Amino acid sequence: MSEQIIERPVPADGPTAKAPEPDGKPERVASLWRDGWRDLRKRPMFLISGFVILCLLVLAIAPGLFTARSPFSDGFCDLQHSMDGPTSGHLFGYDVQGCDIYTRTVWGTRNSIIVGVVSTILTTALGGVIGMLAGLWGGWADSVISRVSEIFYALPILIGGLLIMSMVGSSNVWTVSFVLSILGWPQVYRIMRGEVIGNKYNDYVAAARALGASPMRIAFRHILPNTLAPIVVVSTMNLGVYIAAEASLSYLGIGVQSPAISWGLMISDAQDRWLTSPHALLFPAGALSLTVLAFIMLGDVVRDAFDPKLR
Amino acid sequence: MAELSKNDEQQDATPNVSEVDVVEARTEDEAVDAIEAPAERGEPILQVRNLVKHFPLTQGILIKRQVGAVKAVDGISFDLYQGETLGIVGESGCGKSTVAKLLMNLERVTAGEIFYKGQDITKLSGRALKAVRRNIQMVFQDPYTSLNPRMTVGDIVGEPFEIHPEVAPKGDRRRKVQELLDVVGLNPEHINRYPHQFSGGQRQRIGIARGLALNPEIIICDEPVSALDVSVQAQVVNLMERLQDEFNLSYLFIAHDLSIVRHISDRVGVMYLGQIAEIGTDEQIYDHPTHPYTQALLSAVPVPDPDAREHRERIILTGDVPSPANPPSGCRFRTRCWKAQDKCAEEVPLLAIPERFQGSDSPAAHESACHFAEEKDVVHAA
Repeated sequence: MSEQIIERPVPADGPTAKAPEPDGKPERVASLWRDGWRDLRKRPMFLISGFVILCLLVLAIAPGLFTARSPFSDGFCDLQHSMDGPTSGHLFGYDVQGCDIYTRTVWGTRNSIIVGVVSTILTTALGGVIGMLAGLWGGWADSVISRVSEIFYALPILIGGLLIMSMVGSSNVWTVSFVLSILGWPQVYRIMRGEVIGNKYNDYVAAARALGASPMRIAFRHILPNTLAPIVVVSTMNLGVYIAAEASLSYLGIGVQSPAISWGLMISDAQDRWLTSPHALLFPAGALSLTVLAFIMLGDVVRDAFDPKLR
Repeated sequence: MAELSKNDEQQDATPNVSEVDVVEARTEDEAVDAIEAPAERGEPILQVRNLVKHFPLTQGILIKRQVGAVKAVDGISFDLYQGETLGIVGESGCGKSTVAKLLMNLERVTAGEIFYKGQDITKLSGRALKAVRRNIQMVFQDPYTSLNPRMTVGDIVGEPFEIHPEVAPKGDRRRKVQELLDVVGLNPEHINRYPHQFSGGQRQRIGIARGLALNPEIIICDEPVSALDVSVQAQVVNLMERLQDEFNLSYLFIAHDLSIVRHISDRVGVMYLGQIAEIGTDEQIYDHPTHPYTQALLSAVPVPDPDAREHRERIILTGDVPSPANPPSGCRFRTRCWKAQDKCAEEVPLLAIPERFQGSDSPAAHESACHFAEEKDVVHAA
């Protein structure tokens, strides 16, 4: 490159030499992620749902901070108090076994969050990787993968869940997460594949190829970063959906099994007596609704902030 | 076969295409050496011979059956000389952009050769192809889709150095990128900005800086200004002219705007339906066109002087461009040509100096693919 200095007029298509920042601060970097984050922080919906989710995470990680006793300790349940209503010291009352509902609800958070987070990570990883490959390869590989994904997509979550759970045998949070991931990945796959196909014909990909970029560089530097926004949005929303799905499976008896604690199980136990003692149903159901609502709300604001189609 | 031998004769008869000095390279090293040899001014640097690109039309879901082909580029030959600008004009869908993609090796050719310094780049791979990519770069049409929105300007302009690390040592890259931004008239301080923070003209400058980064010999410009405002078009074209002098570049300048092409080009080729209708110096094409299609195109150029506008002849073509999947027999332009006769449907006119002008030194003596080529000055007609 020649070092020669040429006189040139300042182009009129926009001021190229902007006045320096007044107090000499470095220039504000405006990537789409940072713009999205700045946008998010201003939304009250984000602050509310974020606060609720933060509380839920603390509850899930350290339930002992909020309850004096462990629900698994000896003498935790006292049949004498079966179905007793809320009293001081036992704000949520007792369930049919005479166990403290508050303690059980708090300890139930962990399983819900584990299923939500693990299923979301697995579906995003599985659907993302397979979608990326199908979109990049195209041709018959894409056709085969897409048909296989449609088989899983067509299975209703409850029927598919029943089927796989009975095949797996044991049911705990990990198998529930596994089932939800097996049935849920095609959703992420479809979005990823579509985004990859939509992006790979862009001129900036052609420009990278013209420079001699390797397929790996094109996939990871050029295509992947442009597909992430919709994937992040869908995954955030899925957190709530999978938590609700875990509760449904547990409610039907094919999810988490007693003595493990799950909001779905608690709802199932309380439903027979809800007319006489509604508190046993109300508190776990309320906790479940609040959690799902918080994640769906978060997904909603994240979509508004990141999805370029809505910006 | 008969078609092929005709084309061979045509190559000998015309100055548009010179003889190709094929450099036999038995090993990759030899190929790379040939590619990295310096080009001499005035020598043909890129020689395109009988380039064909057909896109198959398929039917059926499981078993794909080819039912035809879109003949986007159907046998074109031309030379690009070191240091010159060759303009390619033609209306939408005539195959201009496909030519650009083929020259960049972004699409595989159906047939034909592209010689760069005697190496057929359509058959290269690996290191040799990478060496060619260093020397042939491209500026894209749409400044809004040709820059990755998730990368900073520094990353975009610096990417060529990451792919070809031998061009600039790591510690040097940031300085090089800033130098490039300065060369194309952008503020080097804006290295950390994202494409969406720039205007269309500034983005096109970023695209040009990326194309310049590897210090190429040829830049293929695929309608580089057609997405820009008219005032900005002139700035970008002038920038490209300045860069050509400064870095000794050869341009293949594709556009549909005849005035811009005239402004920047030394020679001009007119394309119609995948073939070259007429090719010559800009004086030959603009002032002495002999192909009816060129004359029709030129008569549609807006003229600012109302008096001249009143008096000039307008040639208004009827009908649409025929489908490139099923082009007309003989001359491709005959369906819209006012001179068409039976001969035009039967015989393909070759791109050659028309017989009547052969041996004359009039500017009308340039290659024109028409049986009834005759000179007609449509731009200055009064």
